Amino acid sequence: MKELVVLSGKGGTGKTSLVAVFAALARKMVLCDADVDAADLHLVVHPEIVERHPFVAGHEAVINQDKCTECGHCLDWCRFGAISERFRVEPLLCEGCGVCARLCPMEAVNCPEKTCGEWFVSRTPHGPMVHARLGIAEENSGKLVSLVRSEARRVAEEQGLERILTDGPPGVGCPVIASIGNADAVLVVSEPTLSGRHDMERVLELTRHFKVPAAVCVNKADLHREEAERIAEIAVESGARFLGRIPFDPLVTRAQVDARSLVDYGETPALKEMQRIWEAVCEWVFDGC
Amino acid sequence: MIIAVASGKGGTGKTTVACNLAVALERPVTLLDCDVEQPNAHLFLHPRWTGSEPFHVDVPEIDAERCNLCGACQEICQFNAIAILPEIAMTFPELCHSCGGCALVCEEDAIRWSKRLVGEVRRGWRGLVTFVEGRLRVGEAMAPPLIRKVREEHAPDGDLTIIDAPPGTSCPVVTSLWGTDFALLVTEPTPFGLNDLELAVGVVRKLDLPMGLVINRCDIGDRRVHDFARRQDIPILLEVPFDRRAAEAYARGNLLVEVLPQWKEHMDHLYGRIVEIVRSHGPAARKEPAA
Repeated sequence: MKELVVLSGKGGTGKTSLVAVFAALARKMVLCDADVDAADLHLVVHPEIVERHPFVAGHEAVINQDKCTECGHCLDWCRFGAISERFRVEPLLCEGCGVCARLCPMEAVNCPEKTCGEWFVSRTPHGPMVHARLGIAEENSGKLVSLVRSEARRVAEEQGLERILTDGPPGVGCPVIASIGNADAVLVVSEPTLSGRHDMERVLELTRHFKVPAAVCVNKADLHREEAERIAEIAVESGARFLGRIPFDPLVTRAQVDARSLVDYGETPALKEMQRIWEAVCEWVFDGC
Repeated sequence: MIIAVASGKGGTGKTTVACNLAVALERPVTLLDCDVEQPNAHLFLHPRWTGSEPFHVDVPEIDAERCNLCGACQEICQFNAIAILPEIAMTFPELCHSCGGCALVCEEDAIRWSKRLVGEVRRGWRGLVTFVEGRLRVGEAMAPPLIRKVREEHAPDGDLTIIDAPPGTSCPVVTSLWGTDFALLVTEPTPFGLNDLELAVGVVRKLDLPMGLVINRCDIGDRRVHDFARRQDIPILLEVPFDRRAAEAYARGNLLVEVLPQWKEHMDHLYGRIVEIVRSHGPAARKEPAA
């Protein structure tokens, strides 16, 4: 079993559009959307939901006003400023540490588990897909990322599929760290801008830190060729493979608007380069296509 | 007044709007880069740096001399950051949320506090803009404490603070938006833009903040973002068509107000609309920043 995680560091570089193309090209593959905060892959691969599960994680304090004597201890203990002067818990600030519930002298605080979102196993034209939706303004996105990845692995084992393609989240923090643990390879989709380069460098620092082999490709490469070359150089200097330069193609946006993948629009130069990158990825990660 | 610039989807132009707004207004502004995982505002602002300091969080250490392995600290810790083994107590600092519960329940007074490096806070300025950036150490998962630290640097009340918030909809976004006066959501008229905008609007509604939209590259996709804004009664404060010169300036790290004079007008107009909305919304809703 091999898993490729597609990251970008910076949002909006075209990561999900590229994953949608890969999904159409791939065989014997489980798709996994690990961008649980703002998942978009479902908008182009049209999953038909087969299983739906609640995501229960963490806790949230609730003060029973009938028992509360307003002694004020919990206000002093709470390091997250989540308890108001009127002894109400602000759910958006509560981290579920349970200190108030455990120590309240009146036993007036409960700290039940909470449902932070949902996760799904679906059917798509390209094979099974595991994805999720984190509740609005919820926490524990890292845990949900780990969950969808391990479920993708389970689905792959059950169905005798050997490959997992994971669309990762932006950034370098908690959900990204959760998305690359034990992954076989990371592909970073960059763009030829100063921010694209800066964010790619931080992602490559992260993959080095966790010792995950990395490769880089540049999307919209012809919008700023020198910057694209600089990104290629830096990628190689950082020990990553450089897999290609995808030219800007307005059909990418068009395909998104039509809720389709670029493969449905004929052989454009961008699609050809994506196909070439996919072949290189297969060679590198999946022992051939 | 504190304006938070947020987006749901990454790459829509959040940092561009935050930086250009800060510079264009030609008045004292504090700009806080709260996108601590990928802090990019400095690439456009080119601030003169005045200093930086490491940022630590408190994590427990267990004094083996005093610890009697009773297990109370392990039991209260919801984050699996303490394990009591038959002969030794272990801590896992990277899992700790610094809630302090372990120290409160320890009857042997065996918990000591030590520091764990999470990132750094950098300060600088450019013209009338005071700039503060949080930069998460690569490999570190815990962004919210660093964001709270950066948020402490907001301008004194009468002055303007602009926050460049991270993308997404989870705790780093909530921490960046909590206690602000206005959420400026930057989006693009594509299905991904719309999907993530819907989620971002959900966060802003939960926080009960007034909000408005900037639709960037307003001519690239379709009209569904506009329809959504109308249905949800969210004012569209600015629409900017795709402009190759703007894209090139952005790629090079230039501020648009310096390259394209109409951006100065855009930003002045945008700020005027925000002030109107915040005034009509009234000051009562403002929440105190979290401790």
